[in-house]
Amino acid sequence: MSSDIALIDGVQAAAVARPGSQDAVAEVLRTAARDKLTVVPCGAGTKLDWGCPPRSADILLDVSALDAVVEHVAGDLVVRVQPGVRLSSLAVELARANQRLAIDGVVPGSTVGGIVSTALSGPSRLLYGTVRDLLIGITVVRADGAVTHSGGKVVKNVAGYDLGKLYTGAYGSLGVITEAIFRLHPVPEAAAWVVADLPDERAVGTAVAAVLDSQVMASALEICRPAPAGPITVAVLLEGVAPGVKARSAAVSALLGSGAATGDEAPSWWSVLPGPIILKLTAEIALVPPLLRGLREAAAVTRLAVDVRGSAGVGVLFAGLAADADPEATGRFVLAARAHCRDAGGFAVLLRAPAAVRARVDAWGPVAGLSLMRRLKDEFDPDHRMAPGRFVGGL
Amino acid sequence: MSAAAASGAALALAERLRPLLGPDAVLTDRAQLRTYECDGLAQFRVTPALVVFPRTAAQCQAVVRACIDAGVPYVARGSGTGLSGGALPRSDGVLIVTAQMRTIHQIDVANQRAVVDPGVINLQVTRDATPHGYYYAPDPSSQQICSIGGNVAENSGGAHCLKYGFTVNHVTGCEVVTPDGEIVQMGGKAVDSPGYDLLGAFVGSEGTLGITTRVTVRLLRAPEAVQTLLAAFHSTDDAGTAVSAIIGAGVLPAAVEMMDALAIEAAEAAVACGYPEGAGAVLIVELDGPAAEVDHTFAAVQKHCRDHGAFEIRVAADPVQRALFWKGRKSAFAAVGRISPDYIVQDGVIPRTALPEVLRRIAALSGERGVRVANVFHAGDGNLHPLVLFDDAIEGQGEQAEEVSGAILDLCIEYGGSITGEHGVGSDKAKYMPRMFTEVDLDTMQMLRCAFDPAGLCNPGKIFPTPRLCGEVPGRHKEAHPLVQAGVADVF
Ligand SMILES: Cc1cc2nc3c(=O)[nH]c(=O)nc-3n(C[C@H](O)[C@H](O)[C@H](O)COP(=O)(O)OP(=O)(O)OC[C@H]3O[C@@H](n4cnc5c(N)ncnc54)[C@H](O)[C@@H]3O)c2cc1C
Repeated sequence: MSSDIALIDGVQAAAVARPGSQDAVAEVLRTAARDKLTVVPCGAGTKLDWGCPPRSADILLDVSALDAVVEHVAGDLVVRVQPGVRLSSLAVELARANQRLAIDGVVPGSTVGGIVSTALSGPSRLLYGTVRDLLIGITVVRADGAVTHSGGKVVKNVAGYDLGKLYTGAYGSLGVITEAIFRLHPVPEAAAWVVADLPDERAVGTAVAAVLDSQVMASALEICRPAPAGPITVAVLLEGVAPGVKARSAAVSALLGSGAATGDEAPSWWSVLPGPIILKLTAEIALVPPLLRGLREAAAVTRLAVDVRGSAGVGVLFAGLAADADPEATGRFVLAARAHCRDAGGFAVLLRAPAAVRARVDAWGPVAGLSLMRRLKDEFDPDHRMAPGRFVGGL
Repeated sequence: MSAAAASGAALALAERLRPLLGPDAVLTDRAQLRTYECDGLAQFRVTPALVVFPRTAAQCQAVVRACIDAGVPYVARGSGTGLSGGALPRSDGVLIVTAQMRTIHQIDVANQRAVVDPGVINLQVTRDATPHGYYYAPDPSSQQICSIGGNVAENSGGAHCLKYGFTVNHVTGCEVVTPDGEIVQMGGKAVDSPGYDLLGAFVGSEGTLGITTRVTVRLLRAPEAVQTLLAAFHSTDDAGTAVSAIIGAGVLPAAVEMMDALAIEAAEAAVACGYPEGAGAVLIVELDGPAAEVDHTFAAVQKHCRDHGAFEIRVAADPVQRALFWKGRKSAFAAVGRISPDYIVQDGVIPRTALPEVLRRIAALSGERGVRVANVFHAGDGNLHPLVLFDDAIEGQGEQAEEVSGAILDLCIEYGGSITGEHGVGSDKAKYMPRMFTEVDLDTMQMLRCAFDPAGLCNPGKIFPTPRLCGEVPGRHKEAHPLVQAGVADVF
């Protein structure tokens, strides 16, 4: 374990544990419970500096040694994996059976546990849904060391509460994931991207609406605006059988106008988060254009270079800023973006930023239902020892 | 509380609620109350002390607050079609019926959403969206009568959930009257609200975490093409291998449904659906999507059926014929009433690849115990609906059927499946939960319940065999950790 990982976003972990089994994870958590130690779970550590820094980290619990693909039942399109498995190596393994987990690895090196804990989905969420939609079963070791299960290994299952939904995106604040079961999809025979550069927000609104309102069934619909006032690239992914993809790309190309080009490779920015400062922005689908306009204006006022991209087809965007962006200006940009998101029915969350920026704005912003969330945390982790302070409302 | 005191408390509640809801919206007449004594699972019957019909979220909140003040339990009810006794009332409690909350507030095509009241009937959402070229995907067989609120509570599925997912994948927001009497907005038209996914946990919680008073659902663009075939096989084994071949080839049909000989016989008797004669099993396979995809794949699906023993394949030429194929399948539960005076509708799940083996074991079980079992199921996702037939007039048959039905659930668990795929646990299957989950698993689930409903008044007695006493776990620290206090003070 390298010492830079033991340093969590400026907070030094007192000790690092790298258990090799679920039992060992439980043992660590039981010990921590007995001695009232705080615990920060992590996988490859690629998103340890997301959210807020932990208030304390007596133990950094590194689950990267739990990296087995436990069971892949190709006939049932289901896979059971340990949390330390990297998304990229899982993809290689599943591809042998011509299958895939339809979650894009938007942060290189991510492990399954980290993806689930941060609820991080990419372009294909338009057709296949998000992490929570594909997760069908989960094993979590609770703060007190108890090993617990929810869901199972069949796709259709309504027995008991689906706690997997709660652990997804909880940033390790409710327990440590030691196993996850996912629903898989077949790898499609063919894929094509239709890409067009559009001049402004209004044109993007028209194009996105046209594609969504058509019957082409796109797998993904992304936009990218690398310079705040520059042109906006729209890219549409189509997947299916070869003749189908051909006909459908032609239809999308017609919808996007004369400048559209079709190819069998993704644009370079596809499935890559902007950054290193990352702001996640959500909006009602039809209100993406005014949000884009608002971001452009906010960037102009704060004189910041902002790189905006994301899944316009579902109303989720990411704004990236340079590491050395002025903290004060960045803070103002976040607040402005938050107001625009609110007007668009959504939220703005500062996923990743230097301490100087986070000192100026609340990373999570306003959250509906916070008092219920507090009670939930009190139930699962009464001493608030799991990743304390990383999550919403200081949880 | 004694029975007399309990009904006294309920009557006092009625007096308190009448001025708030209006006299017609509060029932105390015994005969009227009896109408609500059960849901679709008629084995369980309890007459509620009081039935109320709120019209708005504020009225619903007022009812819940009154119940909290009086310490009286309450249960939500939509259309009462649930098959697990989820809406089974409490004799000392209030039944909150959403039948007066049936407004579709918005069909928002630009955002691909509809905003509806909880009592809105599932099919009505699709009817209102159809003129715009959209529809609401979850389609339980009961869709002409069941409510969206009930669908949310049960996380209902339908024939097309193989491709499109369940209610939980199609609900983006719920306004909820929580068991502490507050109104909380979970999600909305936009996705990915920050914080714990309360909405994800609420959907499928069987009415135990609060009452939803407004639901935002996704609307999907209607597919360009739909192709449906009906294939007849000599045996369920053959039909099962055909399903495996289709899925194995990377095809994701919108629906794959199977019926065995006894289920076909019942459907013929009831609705004369005219399925091929002499079939040991029929499959309905439906593909939808862009025409260029569907046409190509449909040919491949027909070939897989033929290669695996289909002796007759019919392709629906038009929507009328498609409806006829589906009629037999969708009426199957009720149709069984034609061939047996009584029956149990079971709902279990197995990994799809175990289908042929499990069907053989169900047949063996049926033979051994002399109890007939008709099989209707969502073959694509391994969701079985065995219909266990019996005659209650003959002594002991009811118990025997109950035993066989339970043994089928044991089979589902043995093969790594689930005790319910869509009908829920409710009152019916709470006793089976320990066969699928450990005590610690169930205890952990109930932590969620304790966070929402520490007093345990919201639909108590459902899902869990033994309720957890909230806040009474030894070794728990109710006062905040000093560090936490310091930290929170830092943050705000
Ligand atoms: C013939 C038939 C076919 C069926 N086919 C299917 C099928 O294909 N797929 C499937 O999944 N199910 C099916 N079902 C089961 C049933 O229709 C579904 O579970 C349905 O969602 C229940 O809706 P309801 O309005 O009738 O709810 P109810 O039976 O009234 O209530 C069900 C549960 O929801 C709770 N509830 C109701 N309203 C609210 C609310 N506003 N807020 C919170 N909780 C609430 C109740 O407390 C109860 O626990 C079928 C039932 C029948 C009779």
